[in-house]
Parts: sequence; C-alpha cells; structure tokens
Amino acid sequence: MAVIPARPQITAHEVARPPRGWMSWLTTTDHKKIGILYLATVLVFFVIGGVEALLMRIQLGAPENTFLTPEKYNEIMTLHGTTMIFLVVVPVWAGFANYFLPLMIGARDVAFPRLNAWSYWMFLFGGLSLYGSLFFQPPEAGWTSYVPLSLKEFTPSNGQEAWIYMVHLTGLSSILGAINFIATIHNMRAPGMGWGRMPLFVWTILIYAYLIILALTSLAATVTMLLLDRNFGTEFFDPTEGGSALLWQHLFWFFGHPEVYILVLPAFGVFSEILPVFARKPIFGYKAIAAATAGIAFLGMLVWAHHMFTTPMSTVVLAFFMLSSFLIAVPTGVKIFNWVATLWRGTIEWRVPLLFCVGGIATFLMGGITGIFLAVFPVDWQLHDTYFVVAHFHYTAFGASAFAMVAALYYWFPKMTGRMMSEGLGRVSFVLFFIGFHLTFLIQHSAGLDGMPRRIYEYSNEDWTIMNLISTIGAFTLALSVLLTVINVVRAVKKGPIAGPDPWKGNTLEWFTPSPPPENNFDLVPRVRSVEPMKDIRRQIERQTGVPQRFEAGKPMVRA
Amino acid sequence: MSGLFPAARPYTADAVAAVPTKTRRRLRRLAAVLPAVVLGALVLAPAASAGWFLPESDGSPNADAIRTLYILIALIGLVIFIGVEGLLIYSLFKFRARKGRVAAQIHGNTQLEIGWTVGAAAILIFLTVFTFLLLDDVKNPAPSQIDAQGNPIAASNLYAATDQPAPEGDGPTMNIRVVGQQYSWTFYYPDVEGQERVYAYNDMYVPVGMTVTLDVQATDVAHSWWIPELGGKADAVPGYTNKTWFRIPLDAIPEGEDRVVYEGQCAELCGRNHADMLARVIGLPFDEWQAWRERKAEDLKTAEEEAAQRREELQSEEEGR
Repeated sequence: MAVIPARPQITAHEVARPPRGWMSWLTTTDHKKIGILYLATVLVFFVIGGVEALLMRIQLGAPENTFLTPEKYNEIMTLHGTTMIFLVVVPVWAGFANYFLPLMIGARDVAFPRLNAWSYWMFLFGGLSLYGSLFFQPPEAGWTSYVPLSLKEFTPSNGQEAWIYMVHLTGLSSILGAINFIATIHNMRAPGMGWGRMPLFVWTILIYAYLIILALTSLAATVTMLLLDRNFGTEFFDPTEGGSALLWQHLFWFFGHPEVYILVLPAFGVFSEILPVFARKPIFGYKAIAAATAGIAFLGMLVWAHHMFTTPMSTVVLAFFMLSSFLIAVPTGVKIFNWVATLWRGTIEWRVPLLFCVGGIATFLMGGITGIFLAVFPVDWQLHDTYFVVAHFHYTAFGASAFAMVAALYYWFPKMTGRMMSEGLGRVSFVLFFIGFHLTFLIQHSAGLDGMPRRIYEYSNEDWTIMNLISTIGAFTLALSVLLTVINVVRAVKKGPIAGPDPWKGNTLEWFTPSPPPENNFDLVPRVRSVEPMKDIRRQIERQTGVPQRFEAGKPMVRA
Repeated sequence: MSGLFPAARPYTADAVAAVPTKTRRRLRRLAAVLPAVVLGALVLAPAASAGWFLPESDGSPNADAIRTLYILIALIGLVIFIGVEGLLIYSLFKFRARKGRVAAQIHGNTQLEIGWTVGAAAILIFLTVFTFLLLDDVKNPAPSQIDAQGNPIAASNLYAATDQPAPEGDGPTMNIRVVGQQYSWTFYYPDVEGQERVYAYNDMYVPVGMTVTLDVQATDVAHSWWIPELGGKADAVPGYTNKTWFRIPLDAIPEGEDRVVYEGQCAELCGRNHADMLARVIGLPFDEWQAWRERKAEDLKTAEEEAAQRREELQSEEEGR
C-alpha cells in the first residue's frame, strides 16, 4: 500500500538498474546522459574559448604590446569566435534541450535516440578537428572566413580546412539534432499538451530547430564551395577568375544572421521559464511570447545584408535591410516588456537563477538598443567593423545566451544531479559576472566610436590605452566569476545538499520526476491541463491529502 | 514548513488588487524626472569628448550628418533604456518576496500587448523617416566650397537640393581612385592635361574645401577605407568599385599650422598586418596642394626614369655576362 507522498514525485519500479561505468557513457542513447555529455563538453570548450579571450585581452591591454605575434593573434581570434559560436552556444542549447525537452513535454526519450547519440559524437569530433589544427597551423581568417582572404592564395595553411571540417561536422550534428527535436516535439507530447500548453522553452527549441535546418544547410553548401575553391580548382569566390568575393558574404550571412537567433532564442526560452517560477506568477502574455519567437525567426531570415552595409550595394537594398532589421526590434521588444510584466506584482525570490535571468535581460536590452544604431545604415557606416560592433554582439550573444546558460545551469543542476549548488557562491559569481561583463564591454562602445577597428592585434593610439586596459581588467573579473561557478559545480556534484524532486517549486513536468530522473523518466505521464502542469498537480495533492504544498523554493527537502 | 510563506491561498485570484497609490505616485515622479535627465544628456553629450560618446566628425558634411542621426537615435535609445531598465530594477526590488505578500495571478493583457507593439513600431517608423531625411546629406557629395582656381564660393550655393550623386553648384570635385592591397593604400589622382600622372601611398593630400569623391577598390583581399572624422567606411572588395566622399571644411587648418591631418586605418580583416594598414588624409590650402602635386609629379617622373635606367643597367649587365 503506497503512501501518498507529501510532495509530487514518482518512483520508478520495475525498471532495469541503470548501467554504470565509462562504457555506459560511450554507448548511451539516453537523452539525459547525452545531454550531460553535451554540457560537459561545452563547459570544456567554454573554458578554452574564454582563455583565448583572455590571451587577446592581455595583448590589447597595453599599446604596441608584443605578447602575441600578429599571426598568433589572428589564430586565437579566429579560434575564439569559432569556438564560442559553433562549440559553445549552439551545442549548449542542444545539451539543455536534450536533457529537458523530453522531460518537459512528458516524453520518455527523444524520437530517435541513436541518431541523438550520433549527433553528440559528431559535435565532439567537429570540435576535435578544429583543435587538431593546433598541431600544425590553426585557421586565421576570422570566424567569418571572408574570401579572398580565406582562399589558398592568401591563407595557404590547412587550418582553414580544419575549420571547414569543423563546420561540416558540427553543422550535420546540429541539423540531425534539430530533426530529432522537431520530431519529438510534434509527436511525443504528454496527453493534453496542445500547442498552447507547451512550455515556452520547448517553443523556443522548436523554432531554434527549424532555424538550424534552414541556416546550417546553407552554410554547409557555402563552406563546401570554399573547400572546392581551395583544393579542386573551382572559382566561386576568386574575382580574378570571374568569381565573386561578395557572394561569400551574402551566403555566409544568410546563415550568419539566423545563427544569431539560434544562439539567442533558447536563451529567451530560459528567461520565460525561470522568471515565472521565481516571481510565483504565470508568464505574462504566453501567446505573445510564443508568437514573438516565431516572428523573430521569420524576420531573422530577412536581415542578413545588414552585416554588409559598407559593401558596394544600392540604396534600395540598404533601405530594405534597414527596415527589416527595425521590424525585428518589435517582437524582441514585446518579449522584454512581457518579462518585465511577469515580474510586476509578483513575489520575487532572489535566487541565483533569477538573478542571472534579470541580469541577462538588463544586458540584452542594451544590446538591442545598440542594434538600432547599427541597423540605421548611414550610422553603421561609421560603426561597422569597430569595437562598437564587438560590444554590441557581446551584449546580445553573451548578454542573453551566456547569462541564460548560467541561469539554466543553476536552475536545472538539482534536477540533473539531485544536488543543489551553493547559493552563496552563486551570488558572488553573479555579481562578478555582471560587473566583469559590463566592465569589459561597455567601454568598447567608446573605443569603437573613437575609431578603433576590430580584429587589430596592436594599436598605438593613446586614447585607446585606458579603454583597453579597463576592458582587460573586466575580462579577468569575468574569468574569476566563471571559475567560481565551475568550482561550485565540482563541489556540488559530490557535496551539495540533496535537492529532492522539486526544489524550486517549478511549473513544468521535469519537476514531477525524481532528481535525477530514472532512465525511463516517467512511469506514469500525467495529463496536462494548463501551461503550468505542476501547479495543477500540487493543487490536486493539496486537495487529496489536506497537506498544504507550500515551501520555500531553494530550500532542499531531504526525504526520509 | 517555512515561516516565510504565510498560509494564504496562492492559487486564487482574489489577491489581485489595484496598484497601490504610493506606487503610482512614485511612477509619476519618475515620469517627471525622465525628460529632465534626457534633456541634460542632450545638452551635455555634444560637449563631452566626442570619442567617448559620439562618432567622430570634424566638419565634413557626411560625418556631421551621421553624427546628428546618431544623437537622435541615442536620445530615443536613452529614453527606452532608462524606462525599461528602470521598470526592471524597480520591479525587482519593489516586488521582492516578503512575508504576507501574495503574487498577483495575471496571465496577460491584450490591450497592453497591442499598446507596446504599436508603440515600438511607431518609434521605428519615426526613425526611418528621419534616416531618409538625413540620408542625402550622408550619401550624396555636397558641392565644393572652392572653385577650380581655389577661390571660395559663396555659402548660399552650399545646400542645393541633392537627389543625385553629383553635387550641384559651381564647385569642381576631385575624384581619387583608392586602391587597397596588403598592407597599404594607393591613391590615383585624376589626370590633368599637360601634367604627369600622380599617385601616392598612404598619405592622401587634398585641398581643403574641395569635395573629394572616392572610388574604392582592392587588388588582393577585401579591405575597408575609413577615416573616422571624414565619414563612414567603404569596403574595398576586389572586383567591385565602392563609392564614398568627403569635404574637409575650408577653415579646418588650425591656426599657426599649414595643414590639417586626419588619421584612419583599414577596417576589414585583411591578413596578419591588418593593424598596420594605416592611412592619413592631409588637407592643404589650394595653392599649396597644387605645389605639392607638381612636386609629386616631378618626383614620380624622376623616380620612374631612375628605375628605367636601373633596369637598363641590370639588363646590360646580364647580357654582358
């Protein structure tokens, strides 16, 4: 006779004991294990990419510095951009989505578990093929690899090929992963979970997956053309043989701008999940947020040439891409207003995940506003390719994605490991993260306005010295914050307090399972009656048992 | 369980109440302060050091127009920034969980959604209109302030209606072909009858007051021509010709000096020494510029003759062997 537990949870009976040991990790098709593999790999690449950023900041911390040679600087700059985009922010969402998407929609795994494992291993080997180039010569034409610079004539080293293979492997990994997510979301939702009851994180992952299929397939074709130009005598991009150097830019940014939303939409999903939980209030404007996500993705396919405002183009084209870029600000603004309205009149619990979310929104807003400057093409003629742009895209990509990444880590860590991370250490890490970020990048707007182009390995202008020094100090502050969070993770895995199934009093179905969830996730998939099924479940238990389901979020409950 | 959370009924909507009047009063006060802050910024911003807050400009009409546009966007952006960040931080502190407080269970508000969607769109339409009003000033060359003999032209001619690339008015223009290559710039001056062809590396000498149009090209990889104080960038892409222009104001030469110098550098990653691909534009009074041009033509002629002579010598040496 089972006793009805005081708090919603289920226990998996009659399931084979989960396999253990390192072989189980190599051979796993469990979406949760694959999710953890993704996240662990991403963490390693994030640290590597961060160290590369620090090396660049050391070089630029003083004028006419000789810490790095121009060659090394260009290599590190290329690796930093490539790593952060292809090996950190895209796969980090694949990692979180792998772990939580099936749990949130009440599924027992993704639609194609073996394909899922293959996706992970291709991602890993994509990263290894890029870093394998460290043993001969890394690529040095920037993460955008503009032609003709990236053609054999000007970049003869095979590092460029390593970059191309990395794009192919991680791209294929992402595309297969995206197909998997789409199939899962369309077919495997819990009974009662219609489109209007799907968690917003799942909505953003769905749109992210569609964008990946549209954008990364285009990039795969583009880099194949580069591979052919470099090695097999085609002349797609060589202007001396009738090719076009601008063709690369158009094709690259046709991928490149949707890519921005691939990085950032799931971050919006994380904000939309975490804010209501800690404000103890439903998300404001669920439909508007879901619609805005789709709107951003659609418009995001139509703005690519705003990365090319300074190339030879007619005014009509410039005007079109300015207007389409403006349009994106509308759904983006709608989201921000809805998040603020979600906090409004809530009871906000200042937990680390919430702090990272609010910090992320505050930061992203600034990136959105500087985006308006850059969308106005005459103004862009001044700001393009300067540190103003570097600041802008770090405010958007780092402001939304990296803040959301850490928020998601603190929020979901108890579910993945069954243990809580330290709140105190998390807060210190947040304060350093926020201060470090703004110290690094706010001043870069000024450097750009003062005429400092991006991607220069040295400078002699004395006005830029103090700006760059501030930026370098900020970068190290940020690094310290990341170090604290890594320490927090390592400590909590072994020594964190036991979390219980639902430490935050969450809204979505992943909190219905034990922490960590058993291999089959759910013995019984509950029927979903609203966007916040866990609230319904708690209410039902209250009614049936008479035990009030109230407890302070973040205070772990140790089960007897 | 925890004393922090009282035995209220968190799942019912009866806790929903009107916004407290105190909150409203505070919001009203905030609304009153905002315009003052913005106005203050408007007054202070241009006075502050240009490099920290505004794009650079020094009298070239295109750079000035970009700066005006930038200030306008900055003002709108500042209002949005202060408004939204203010609300965010206010909510974060004001609605922090406290004993006895219950969250209002609001799911949305359609009117509000429509309101801020339309509001955001309206701001962007305004920005679009303003951009197109200023676009001609940025894009189309303004007429020269001097005539072909270097005499100043009356100022009334300066702002003719421009809806075409060639400036109106009596002033001549000078077209210079700018060619980027790893890692230097070459400037080809227009041919003048009876004079030798003139070109120069990295330092572009021009007469002040003269409208200079540039045809920007590249021979190897992509570069980007940029002298911040003289307006926006123009990418130099091999196989294409990009166009831009500038006009150094007639009175730009500082008192007691004989020239005005503007510095810039390549703005598109072009290889390992991208950071060292520097350029300067040097403005001279018209007479001095003419003298420079003649001198340069002589120098180039001499250098070419010397090179030809040297080639011949080398050739005969080789043949003699």
